[in-house]
Amino acid sequence: MASNSCGGGSDRQMAAQHRLSVIAGHLQRPSGSNTAILAAECKAQGSKPFVSSERRTVPRRRQEIMKWNGWGYSDSKFVYNKKGQAEFTGKRYKLSGMIIPGLKDWMENTFGATLQHKTTATPALNSTSVPPPALNEAFMEELKSTGVPFSADAEDRVFRAHGHCLHEIFALREGKIGRVPDMVVWPNCHNDVVKIVELACKHNVCLIPYGGGTSVSSALECPPEESRSIVSLDTSQMNRILWIDEKNLTAHVEAGIIGQDLENLLNESGYCTGHEPDSMEFSSLGGWVATRASGMKKNIYGNIEDLVIHIKMVTPQGVIEKSCQGPRMSTGPDIHHFIMGSEGTLGVITEVTMKIRPVPEYQKYGSVVFPNFEQGVACLREVARQRCAPASIRLMDNEQFKFGHALKPQVSSIFTSFLDGLKKFYITKFKGFDPNRLCVATLLFEGDREKVLQHEKQVYDIAAKFGGLAAGEDNGQRGYMLTFVIAYLRDLGMDYFVIGESFETSVPWDRVLDICRNVKARIVRECKDKGVQFPPLSTCRVTQTYDAGACVYFYFAFNYRGLGDPVHVYEQVEHAAREEILANGGSLSHHHGVGKLRKEWMRETVSSVGIGMLQSVKDYVDPNNIFGSRNLL
Amino acid sequence: MTNTHKDFSQVGLKDDEEDFVDILEERRRGSDLSFAFRTFSPQPYKAAPPCSTAELNRVVLESQFLRYVTKEIAREMELSVEEVEEEARNILGEMSQNLQLGFIRLMGYTFNKVFKRLYSSIFVNMEGLNRLHQATQENPVILMPNHRSYIDFLVISFIMFCYDIPIPVIAAGIPLAGMRIVGEILRRSGAFFIRRAIGSDKLYWAVLSEYVRTIVKKGFAPLEFFVEGFRSRTLKSLSPKLGMMHMVLEPFFKGEVFDVTLLPISISYERVLEESLLAHELLGVPKPKESTMGLLKASRVLSENYGSMHVNFGRPLSVRQLCEGRINRCQYNLIPRDLPEKPTAEAQAFANWLAHLVVRNQEEGSQISPWSLMCGLLLQVPTPVLTEEGFPWHQLTERTLWLRKLAQDFGARLNWPDGVPDSDVMSSSAALHRGIVQRKAGCVFLVQEDEPARTHPARPEEGVMKTAAAALMLVSYRNQSLHVFVRPALLATAMHITKSTHRDELLPFFSFLQDVFSYEFLFIPGESLQDFEEACRLLKKCGAVHVNQQEVTAAQGGMEVLSFLQDLLKPFIDSYQLMFRYLCEAESVFLTEKEFLLAVRDLATKLLLTADLHTYEALSSDLQKNVLSALRRLEALTKLSSSVSNKFKVNKAAVERTADMLSGKIPPLNLQASPDARL
Repeated sequence: MASNSCGGGSDRQMAAQHRLSVIAGHLQRPSGSNTAILAAECKAQGSKPFVSSERRTVPRRRQEIMKWNGWGYSDSKFVYNKKGQAEFTGKRYKLSGMIIPGLKDWMENTFGATLQHKTTATPALNSTSVPPPALNEAFMEELKSTGVPFSADAEDRVFRAHGHCLHEIFALREGKIGRVPDMVVWPNCHNDVVKIVELACKHNVCLIPYGGGTSVSSALECPPEESRSIVSLDTSQMNRILWIDEKNLTAHVEAGIIGQDLENLLNESGYCTGHEPDSMEFSSLGGWVATRASGMKKNIYGNIEDLVIHIKMVTPQGVIEKSCQGPRMSTGPDIHHFIMGSEGTLGVITEVTMKIRPVPEYQKYGSVVFPNFEQGVACLREVARQRCAPASIRLMDNEQFKFGHALKPQVSSIFTSFLDGLKKFYITKFKGFDPNRLCVATLLFEGDREKVLQHEKQVYDIAAKFGGLAAGEDNGQRGYMLTFVIAYLRDLGMDYFVIGESFETSVPWDRVLDICRNVKARIVRECKDKGVQFPPLSTCRVTQTYDAGACVYFYFAFNYRGLGDPVHVYEQVEHAAREEILANGGSLSHHHGVGKLRKEWMRETVSSVGIGMLQSVKDYVDPNNIFGSRNLL
Repeated sequence: MTNTHKDFSQVGLKDDEEDFVDILEERRRGSDLSFAFRTFSPQPYKAAPPCSTAELNRVVLESQFLRYVTKEIAREMELSVEEVEEEARNILGEMSQNLQLGFIRLMGYTFNKVFKRLYSSIFVNMEGLNRLHQATQENPVILMPNHRSYIDFLVISFIMFCYDIPIPVIAAGIPLAGMRIVGEILRRSGAFFIRRAIGSDKLYWAVLSEYVRTIVKKGFAPLEFFVEGFRSRTLKSLSPKLGMMHMVLEPFFKGEVFDVTLLPISISYERVLEESLLAHELLGVPKPKESTMGLLKASRVLSENYGSMHVNFGRPLSVRQLCEGRINRCQYNLIPRDLPEKPTAEAQAFANWLAHLVVRNQEEGSQISPWSLMCGLLLQVPTPVLTEEGFPWHQLTERTLWLRKLAQDFGARLNWPDGVPDSDVMSSSAALHRGIVQRKAGCVFLVQEDEPARTHPARPEEGVMKTAAAALMLVSYRNQSLHVFVRPALLATAMHITKSTHRDELLPFFSFLQDVFSYEFLFIPGESLQDFEEACRLLKKCGAVHVNQQEVTAAQGGMEVLSFLQDLLKPFIDSYQLMFRYLCEAESVFLTEKEFLLAVRDLATKLLLTADLHTYEALSSDLQKNVLSALRRLEALTKLSSSVSNKFKVNKAAVERTADMLSGKIPPLNLQASPDARL
């Protein structure tokens, strides 16, 4: 995550501690689990991995460090302390251990969510509520002989039965478990995957690849109608960088590596990929490829499709890959585009060669305050027109600006709070910005120090033409911090009857303002119509700029006190919001993917012929629907 | 006592739904000046910043849409882009409003004075006003009043000014702009002006539509326009025009606003300022040109009393809700939204449907006066009785009370004061309209026009004309309540003509009548079955018919209702048949509209004299033109495209077939009426 990577002395220390704790975790294993876990190192790999593979964030048993019914690490969460102040626990993040004084009031004022009205989640997973595994004995027997570790433990299975859609987490908190995989396997390398897929085909077992588990499209949900044994293929142990090619600036990486590990490991050699999706703490390289992910800094580094040079995928028909690493080819339709966005329906991505860059010399955050959202969008449009977007540029609307404000940690010195007051006075009183209309853009510049400063000036000059005022580095940095913290915040909300989620789209420039206004208004109206008792939070930000349009991200949350079936209401509103997006010329998804959540709109999105094309590929590659997640089509 | 109009405004009104408040009452208590200078603090939609005329015009002229059109026209006409731009600027200059609060205040002052003199009361439903107040803050609002009088123009603005609602920008006809001083006052009170015959002037259309769309998108003020396009000469709803409708819908279709709120407004006059002018226009006396001098001369009319006026603000209609399932907004995703495009068939059908829905709402919201019911009854009395012997007043009273009951059964909003003897209400109504009827010796007479002394002996045709004006005024006032009865009346007529009781024979004939009279009575397209069911329900409710799955049969004792309803439509049927016959018997199959109007008027006059025709409605040019329009729609007439003077070719066989169907000689075919493309 952004805040992790912008290193300070204490962060390094923290990383070291973290490393130790992870290693300690490894040493304690295997615990008292009675299911067979066969550990066997993958011998197939001839060469030794390029970079040491000792320190990895995600263990086979995710439950050792992660929540079973919420976001992220078990030790990190928002709580209200005894004084009734919000606090972020743990030691992992910049915000960890800090008091956030404004959050309680914001929760109360925005949602009407008070401390008195608390819900309690099921504290621990009750294995008896998990349906017993339907194991394919023949498959299991043969798998055993390959030496690939697997498990049918209830916890392991439940962990891999969901992503992070609201309904998935809500059900877990209520202790409700639906269809879950019957077994989990942990291949160690490409050849392991080849074996597993062969066996799955032979014994007609359903495979669902699992990377980082951060899906928000119901892609990991087991189809309830699936009668075969479902095996979750967890790629998390395929996490090595196999080689780095410094002449061509590429790296060959196993697809199970998660974002933060990939960046940290490359950093050690002085490189980075620059691919930083908001989920990069947990999401995996294979997952990025399978969903067509987008990174925050795509303006410099590109999205996943721009970064990928070579992909290896194991399908029921065999392995698909290209024969060379030419930077561009004219060889018919690019087969990478069958793989990217296939969402686990065609095979398992095992290895990826991707571009790397030297770690930038200099990084600088920034922020600009605009008198209103319209001006802000006009500025972003101009920046895109001049093609001078910094590594990242995001525009938050007024509600999100206030939200960001509420997340300001307690300031230690009177001087800082005095300065804050002064700034506020300057902007609202002296410059006449309406605090209920102003909005803020956050910026991140990267590169040579000199070029960054030059670039910064160019962008601020454009901003000034649209009434923008530079508002400092802190605001910018806090804006990016918000991105990963918000996922934790949802868990706090759920403790107090607030449910919500984010969804995204991409849209041509001339429709950005219209889509933002209409979708937000639609959400408010739908909530009212569906009997939501409190006004919802309906807010958006423009998170990416392109030549011909932008990516828009919506947050939507409401207090569900008084509703009989809050998840159903939530889903109805989200459905309506998506309809509204499509009616306003927005895309079905910019980077979250389709999964099962947005499948119903695929036909109108890509036309019937398009569906037919995709279907015929599926029919050829996987005629028996071994990769039976039923995503996309 | 009997010959004076009494003001019943103090007496509570009978209205189950909403309470009307007389806004003049308060005005009468305060001073005109302090009223004009009251603090006016309306809240526009989404706190939209006010938009100056210059700013609005600049946005319009600089729009991408106009740039496309300008280039296109420059290419087609081989002009420079600058020349076309200059022309566009001129068009906009002629068109644009210049709303200024100062002039609103002046208007407030003047109107306060004038209205207090003209009207005994102006009733407004406060609940509707509150709803409007709410709506203006949420979405762009389109005010859609019916159009019966020039007074319509500014009465809404006057009410808005009284109640802190943003003053609307109003679409007006260009002739008003030509009036010296008055034109400018109107402009500064928010009126913008549209030419009458735009035809195929592409640039004009472009400027107008961009202007209207920009007003809707900016939302700084409500937009007011008359969906009927013109002032109704007959006080009956006119076929809606769809041009403006498309312009206000488009910003929603294209996602430029979250929603558009349409607000039907029903303005009902007890007595219309222009009544006699309108009647003469219908008889072929040309409409005087709008001029300031004319207005001053007309000040004579200002000394008379025009009774009460009702302004009923209807329920806001959400375009977003109404177009669900009717419009796929994704269709606008693949082309730039600024690109000039003709509305799609889907959008046209929707606009047409919606416009009719608004008109229906206007009709249902209008307030029926006792006088309108009386007119309906008087028109069923043979005209010679009214002009010579007189019709007994007590009989009229009795019948009116009977009709009041029927109207109530049919769900009409009646403007019949409570707590006043019925006879007083009726006397007072008659007194208000003493220019049309007079009471002598217990009888009612139709007023005949005084002719200036002539040197030559009066020709018999002139006698007809003397009666005609008053008769057509009766017709107009009857029309105010026609919509209440029209569906049951069509059914009663269908039963009478087909002599059938079977639904599957009655329904086709009912639909056929709707088609033939599609320019007389407005129905929401595609809802013929619902109209039929409604007719059945209403007739059943008042005990006139029995209804079951297959049959509709006249009930014992239902004859009074049924024959009243048949007689209500008889003038239309007779007039249409007369004109059908004329067309079939005419020498040539080619004729111009003007020739047709003159010939038919002569024919009708002759037949009235020989008592072969009993209705003066056949003299109405409005009805005559409707016949032509209906026949065109039924494809029995074709307009010759080359002709400038509205020349038609008549398909005699088709006209004859229509006539035979109407008389019940042959069963109605499923007429394939061509869809409307009226813009």
